[in-house]
Amino acid sequence: METQQIHIPDNAEYRELKSFIEENRQTPGPLIQVLHRAQKIFGYLPQEVQHFVALEMRLPHAEVYGVVTFYNFFRTEPIGDHIVNICLGTACHVKGASEILKAMEKELGIRVGGTTKDRFLTLSTARCFGACGLAPVMMVDEEVYGRLNPQKSIQILKDLRNKQTVN
Amino acid sequence: MSIYRTHILVPVDEGTVQAGVFEVKRKLEQAILQKGLEKEVKVVESGTVGIQDKGVILVVYPERIYYTNVRPGDVTLIVDEHLLKGHIPPGIKHRTLDIQAGMKSLHNTGLTRQQKRVVLDKSWKIAPDNIREVLAAGGYSALEKIFGEKITPEAIIDTVKKSGLRGRGGAGFPTGIKWEATRNAVGDQKYIICNADEGEPGTFKDRLILEGDPHKLIEAMVIAGYAIGATKGFVYIRGEYGLSIERMQKAMDQAREFSLLGANILETGFSFDLEIKKGAGAYICGDETALIESLEGKRGNPRVKPPYPVTNGLWQKPTAVNNVETLANIPQIITQGSEWFHTMGTEMCPGTKVFTILGHIESPGLIEVEMGTPLREIIFSYGGGISGGKKFKAALLGGASGVFLSEKLLDVHMDLESLKENKAVLGSGAVLVMNEEASIPDMLFSILKFYAHESCGQCAPCRVGTHQLLQLAWNVREGKGQVEDIDTMMSLAELMWRSSLCPLGQSVITPVKSAIENFRDEFVLAVSHNQVS
Repeated sequence: METQQIHIPDNAEYRELKSFIEENRQTPGPLIQVLHRAQKIFGYLPQEVQHFVALEMRLPHAEVYGVVTFYNFFRTEPIGDHIVNICLGTACHVKGASEILKAMEKELGIRVGGTTKDRFLTLSTARCFGACGLAPVMMVDEEVYGRLNPQKSIQILKDLRNKQTVN
Repeated sequence: MSIYRTHILVPVDEGTVQAGVFEVKRKLEQAILQKGLEKEVKVVESGTVGIQDKGVILVVYPERIYYTNVRPGDVTLIVDEHLLKGHIPPGIKHRTLDIQAGMKSLHNTGLTRQQKRVVLDKSWKIAPDNIREVLAAGGYSALEKIFGEKITPEAIIDTVKKSGLRGRGGAGFPTGIKWEATRNAVGDQKYIICNADEGEPGTFKDRLILEGDPHKLIEAMVIAGYAIGATKGFVYIRGEYGLSIERMQKAMDQAREFSLLGANILETGFSFDLEIKKGAGAYICGDETALIESLEGKRGNPRVKPPYPVTNGLWQKPTAVNNVETLANIPQIITQGSEWFHTMGTEMCPGTKVFTILGHIESPGLIEVEMGTPLREIIFSYGGGISGGKKFKAALLGGASGVFLSEKLLDVHMDLESLKENKAVLGSGAVLVMNEEASIPDMLFSILKFYAHESCGQCAPCRVGTHQLLQLAWNVREGKGQVEDIDTMMSLAELMWRSSLCPLGQSVITPVKSAIENFRDEFVLAVSHNQVS
């Protein structure tokens, strides 16, 4: 098989990541923390970024890829401007989380894991957020919304879109 | 330091944040400034009160009046009437807090038995991000006692052993024995790890301890470090727990400033430091060996045991891994002694337990009660019973790896031994209540979906087994299966229990077996009903 050359551009993002890796070179086992930072900088972890991390940390690319794909938190695809995480934990399930998921999929015209064509929003699911008293819940970016029903969750989406248009 | 005549506590947690607590707090501070009360009244951001559905809550001291469901519009009235004129404004929901009864009055259930707060004693009564308040409320007094009275590490381990404290993460292993084994293990460097990767669905006790009283955890870990001979500790916190990470980081910075953490603690020559590691979302990392792998920056694949972490843990060095709630018991065991600890709970299982009550329940939230409290009391007294006037059908104890209990077992006592006698587990302390309308086959399907997603894939029985079980459960739920499928699920789960590498694959049997044994009719009906139609 032909080896694919991965071109790493020299820009501010990569320089920031590089200096973070340098800072943490002495601490043992920093890969996960480095990937956290990389995702914060780039929004997701494409092959190119993984390759860069592997080179800089002197690790096999496969090891980096293995860690990226193991943890739910890391993404290899770009996401929309906003991310909606619907909790499917046990408490949310008994309170009708799947109905909310169905309603959202229908409203947005995408399936779980998908992103709307205008890159406005990514629909995702999660295990428990630890906000079970408010079940069923979803997280829009960093904010938790609780005691949902399908209508309420769709209204939250509409509000989010309106807010974006106003801004 | 000036003295305030009134303190207003503003509990901040997910529930109150969603209800708009910061808006209320901002309005409150504004109104206090406007009325020129800023030298008399202090607004304090505190940890959770343990209930999640009463909106924004304000607690006014020293009157011990609390307001629930406070809206920004109520604030002016509360400031004008209560703070300025000294009487409670009409038309606003409030109650008087009974300190002795702890949270029971907040739950408004007319309950006779009291909560026993050990782990959560200071949470929501103090500002967790202010170390001076923590110190005034007795924080770090166990550490002072140890260094003041020159208590040896061996004596600490002895006290913890005598206290009978057992791990609160689910397994119930005696903490003192774990510490002793780590101390006795040979190694130039030892570690203590706090497992705060709380991933069991329906569990949020550790988050509330971390947010409500992070200093207690720091104190406990310094003590643990001193006892086992470690100079370095890690707190592995779930990545989703943003506020916990923030509060813990701040608390650590403050503790270092006060020489309670870091080099040469309280000038005793003992050095111990802590570091937070943020998890990246994997249920399996709740297993201690998987957590250690993850801390080393790798995939969280569990290790083959033995050797155990007490001899070969982080970087193959002797390591003690303890759950948040377990550690939070330590300071008071040191200050009050092991005999005091035995005055609570049962003989084999002393102390308290934090439970999260959720699902079809009137007052969902968190309580801390003595070990051995009957399940019926937890659901009907503390939780206020089933919501909407419906009937009780089942309780799922301990999250996804938990056990389904039917009405027959409502009187079971919630401690490790009593539950074991009834083929149940305590697990993480989550009590998920389901009413008569809930479908057990559907619930089991949802749990198995979770397992299939979270299996790490390292060993075949779990990787393949979870997916096979999921398919069978789907067949049953959708009426596409046979009655034999129900038995196949049982035998498959048993096979996984026998042959899986780690507790994830081994524990699938718990929900599967209990659901099918206690609610077999419902599974049979699901299969036959759909075959007829």
